[in-house]
Parts: sequence; structure tokens; C-alpha cells
Amino acid sequence: MTKFEPVLTRNTRYPDSEKIATYLAHGGYETARSAVKMQPDAIIEMVKRSGLRGRGGAGFPAGVKWGFMPTDAPQKIVAVNTDEGEPGTFKDREIVERDPHSVIEGVIIAAYAVGANRAYVYIRGEFFLGVKRWIKAIADAYEQGCLGKNIFGSGFDLDMSVHRGAGAYICGEETAMIESLEGKRGSPRLKPPYPAQIGLFGLPTLVHNIETLACIPHIVGRGPEWFAGIGTAESKGPKIFSVSGHVNQPGNYELPLGISLREIIYEYAGGMRGGRALKAVIPGGASTPMLTASQVDVPMAFETLKAAGSELGTGAIVVMDETTCMVEAACRLSKFFAHESCGRCTPCRVGSVRLYEILERIRRGKGQKDDIEFILEIARGIDGNTFCPMGAALVNPARSAIQHFRDEFEYHIANQRCPVSGKPN
Amino acid sequence: MSMGEPNAVHPPAIEDPRKRAMLLAALYIAQEQNGWLKPEAIQRVAKRLELSEGEVKSTASFYTMFRLAPRGRYHIQVCEGLSCYLVDGAETIIAHVARRLKIRSGETTPDGRFSLEVVQCLAACDLAPALKVNDELYGHMTTGTIDALLEKLHQS
Ligand SMILES: Cc1cc2nc3c(=O)[nH]c(=O)nc-3n(C[C@H](O)[C@H](O)[C@H](O)COP(=O)(O)O)c2cc1C
Ligand code: SF4
Ligand code: FES
Repeated sequence: MTKFEPVLTRNTRYPDSEKIATYLAHGGYETARSAVKMQPDAIIEMVKRSGLRGRGGAGFPAGVKWGFMPTDAPQKIVAVNTDEGEPGTFKDREIVERDPHSVIEGVIIAAYAVGANRAYVYIRGEFFLGVKRWIKAIADAYEQGCLGKNIFGSGFDLDMSVHRGAGAYICGEETAMIESLEGKRGSPRLKPPYPAQIGLFGLPTLVHNIETLACIPHIVGRGPEWFAGIGTAESKGPKIFSVSGHVNQPGNYELPLGISLREIIYEYAGGMRGGRALKAVIPGGASTPMLTASQVDVPMAFETLKAAGSELGTGAIVVMDETTCMVEAACRLSKFFAHESCGRCTPCRVGSVRLYEILERIRRGKGQKDDIEFILEIARGIDGNTFCPMGAALVNPARSAIQHFRDEFEYHIANQRCPVSGKPN
Repeated sequence: MSMGEPNAVHPPAIEDPRKRAMLLAALYIAQEQNGWLKPEAIQRVAKRLELSEGEVKSTASFYTMFRLAPRGRYHIQVCEGLSCYLVDGAETIIAHVARRLKIRSGETTPDGRFSLEVVQCLAACDLAPALKVNDELYGHMTTGTIDALLEKLHQS
């Protein structure tokens, strides 16, 4: 295995990586300095050619989204989504705490390209250290002339501020995040209109995940061809994979998209704990369908995971070995979603709780004969019938666990105990 | 530990004509004073931002980090998410903290020093099992490190 030279996490190996002095000492802000002298259209074209797709979960082509921003609007906004709350995911925490300046640089370039003069950074409320570091980072960037009026003498102005979330997973959904930035409850808005049309304070708003924006200085600095040279046909560039669960070395690993799940688990994350056998993997965060051990050679890319029946999502890999009860796993994930439903629409509000309750009773050895069918029926009732994509997401743990491990569910119900632990849970 | 300061909008940050957008920051600052949002604090925020009290309370109640009732001086949040569970952690850790403090999730010790809350993923799954005390994150917890941590908090 040839070592992959880190791109997005290259700075985090330095001590004091969050400080502006460290960033400047390693060539920081040079790309933004030249970018604000380029034609905005040329930058959008570069991002399109790079093939960059959003890292927040949905994988929408970034350049296309930039192209949706109206050119004639007098006021526009860029909003950075760092509400990271998808269970299993901890990549954004690393960037937000340890490399704020590379994101600020990405935001400057994005804002200049789409003609925005105001940027908001929305940080998950629990990331207290990140919030503190961003306040300092933004102050330092102003002081160095990287933010504020007439940036790098280019005539381009950009103001930026940090906003602290307050504990609600749904605020990661872009329209809910906008509501929250406006000081309201984080209830998703109906789309269309998309944020690029009507976003924060009714203004066209470009929303991106923090990891997506961290890619921008590299695309513009090293060229879109360089970026597109990493990855697969439809998934370009480096990606931070968060690996947790039954591996020897859980952590964030920045690797090229398209690397196989097997390589990540066995060569980077130190292999399976205690040498036990792999049983199941969640490849892209709690809302993506589980895969089984037999699918471990799948390349970690948007198109290949889709073909395998799952999604790349946030690239958060949760590894489960042979000692894991799949009813327990599905139950825990469903509990999360039941707790985080914003309550706006009935299928999600009621359905998520019903799903959790049924899984919980199967787990306790109190399952009833038709419970599996019941779960699948509730899942059908939720999927496609909710106001925001959370509905489609929340059925995935239960539905994929049943799809791959139905016998385990049946055993729990028939024998009132777990086939893995032997115990009534 | 100050919670107010990081929520103030950054000084060079410009105009915000839309007062309402200040609500979350204002609630954090108000909460800092007593450790929770007293009804008087809600009233003050409502007045300052020209909103109704109901509106402020409804918004505050949507977010888990705003406290509409008092909590312990040290609010301990233990993660029960899947990754923390998988490393034989979550259950043991939750049970141990509960036993040591003699409280269950959602409760506060009679002396007001500690409160316990079982939460979902803290985005620290690499540090599983993880917990937080107020704004501080602690990873790779064992019954031993919990005892040491509680001892330290008892003394302080
Ligand atoms: C329920 C839900 C939660 C989400 N949470 C996040 C999140 O925490 N962070 C994030 O960047 N995107 C999240 N998203 C995706 C955003 O809506 C949006 O697609 C993304 O921020 C766009 O940025 P990108 O194009 O850079 O990926 C979530 C979506 C849904 C439906
Ligand atoms: S699907 Fe769930 S989270 Fe989304 S709007 Fe409906 S209730 Fe809220
Ligand atoms: S599951 Fe515990 S921190 Fe993510």
C-alpha cells in the first residue's frame, strides 16, 4: 500500500494547527489571495471540473450548486454546516477544532465566486472547543486582512461570524439550520425553493458541509485535474473516513474515495479487535443501510455503495464483529432517530417511536409473531411520506438489519432470547 | 468555565438587523447567569428582542442544551450511542456513574452538585466510551477513570 499524502488533514499533524501563524507558515491564504483576482466564473468552472460532491451526506455536485446561485441578487450568503450529529461521524469535529483557517480560506474563495459578502458558520452546540477556536480564528483572519473590507486589496468584502447550535440533530438539515440561524426552532422548510434561491433572511444562500469547503483551496490551488485524478469515475478527491466500533484503532483516516472498506478496516484502522470475525458494517453514518461481511470489498464511493444497497453518507464507518446482536444495533440507532424527530410531520414523529418500541420489545425477548412484518409496514409508511429526508433515513437501520439478519430477528421472537449472547437481553 | 463568551457574535461581525437571529446567543448568555433559564431570564430575553415570552420559551424548549429547569453544577452526559455501546462501554459506564452518584438519568444529586443524562452520539466515537462534564469531553472511560474524575469533581 502506498501511503496517501493527506490533503484535508495535512495541517492537523502540526502542533498549534488551529493558529493562524501555523497556517500562514505553511502557505495558508495564498490560494485565496490569488483567487480573489480571478474571474468568479472561472472558479465556479474549476469546482465543476473537479467533480467535487458534497461531504454532508447527500453528495450533490458542488459546482452545480454554485451555478444555481443567482448572479443578479445584491446580497448573498455562504453558510458553513458544522452541525455534525450523525451517529458514528466525528470528522467535522477534527476540522472545526484543528484547522479552522483552511475552511475560512475555502469560504473566502466560495463567497467570492458566488458573490456573497456575508458568511455564517453554524457549529454544533456540543463542540465548545471548536466554537472558541473559531472566534479566535475569525478575529485573527480579520487582523491579517483575510476577512473584512477589501480583502487582499482586491476590493472584495467578506464578513464572517460563528453561531453556536444548541443540541438538535435536525439542525444539520440545511433548511432547519437556516431556521436556527434565524433564531427559530429548527424545523425544516419545504423545498423548493432551495436555499440557493431563498435561504437565510430570504437571501440566496450557499450551504456546504465544512469538509466540502476544506477541499476548495486545494482545487483552486492545485487545479481541478489534480483533484479529479483522485478517486473513482463519479467520486472524486480525498475523504475523511471516521472509523469506530470493533476495530483496534478507531479514528479519522483521510484516504482517496474509492478505497475498499476492507483496506480501511484491516490496513488503516488496525483490523478487528481481538481478531474476531467481521459481521456487519455501517458505511456512511447511522442513517445509511448496513452491509454484511461479504460486502467488505466494496469501494467507498458514492456510486459503488449505492450499487451495494447503501450510501456513502458522511463516510462514517461503524464496524461490528460476530459478538454483535443486530436487533440491539438496530434498536439503538432507531432510538436516536425517535429522539431526534423534530415532530413536524406525523409519519416521522409517530413512526420513529413505534419502530423503536417494537425493536425494543424484540430485544427484550418480548417480540410478537408479526413484529417483523409490522416493522417493515411502518417503514413503508414513513419512507417517502415525510416532510424532510429524515424519514427516509430513519427506516434504514431497522430495514437493512432485517434484510441481512432476518433469522436473528426471528430467533429473538421465537425463543425470547438473543442467539448471539444467549441471554434475554 | 464561561459559556457566555463564545456565543457573543464576534465584534468585527457586522450589522444584524434581524434581532431574532440573536435569540440562541441571548439564551446562552442568560443561561450562564444561573445555570438554567429562570422564568425571569426568559422574560428579559423576550423583552430585549421584542418577542413574546411564549415564543422564546417554545424556541428554547426545542433545543436540548437550553435548560428550563435547574441541573447539577456538574452535568454529566454519558453516551449510549452504538459505537460507545460496541466497545463494551456505554452500559457499564452508565450503570457505574448512576451507582456512584445514586441518581438515574434526568436526576440531580440532593446537594445539587451532579446531574446525569444519558445521551446519543457525542461525535467522539473514536474515544468510545465517551462522556461530557459540562463542556468538557472525556474519552476511553473505564470504571477506574470515572472514579478518579468524580473524586476530582467532588473536591473542586
Ligand atoms: C436529517 C438531516 C441531517 C443532516 N445533518 C447534516 C449535518 O450535520 N452536517 C451537514 O453538513 N449536512 C447535514 N445534512 C445535509 C444538509 O441538508 C445539506 O445537504 C448539506 O449541508 C449540504 O452540504 P454539502 O453539499 O457540502 O454536502 C443533513 C440532512 C438531513 C436530512
Ligand atoms: S421527517 Fe421528521 S425531522 Fe423531517 S420534518 Fe418531518 S418530523 Fe421533522
Ligand atoms: S456513539 Fe458515543 S460518541 Fe458517538
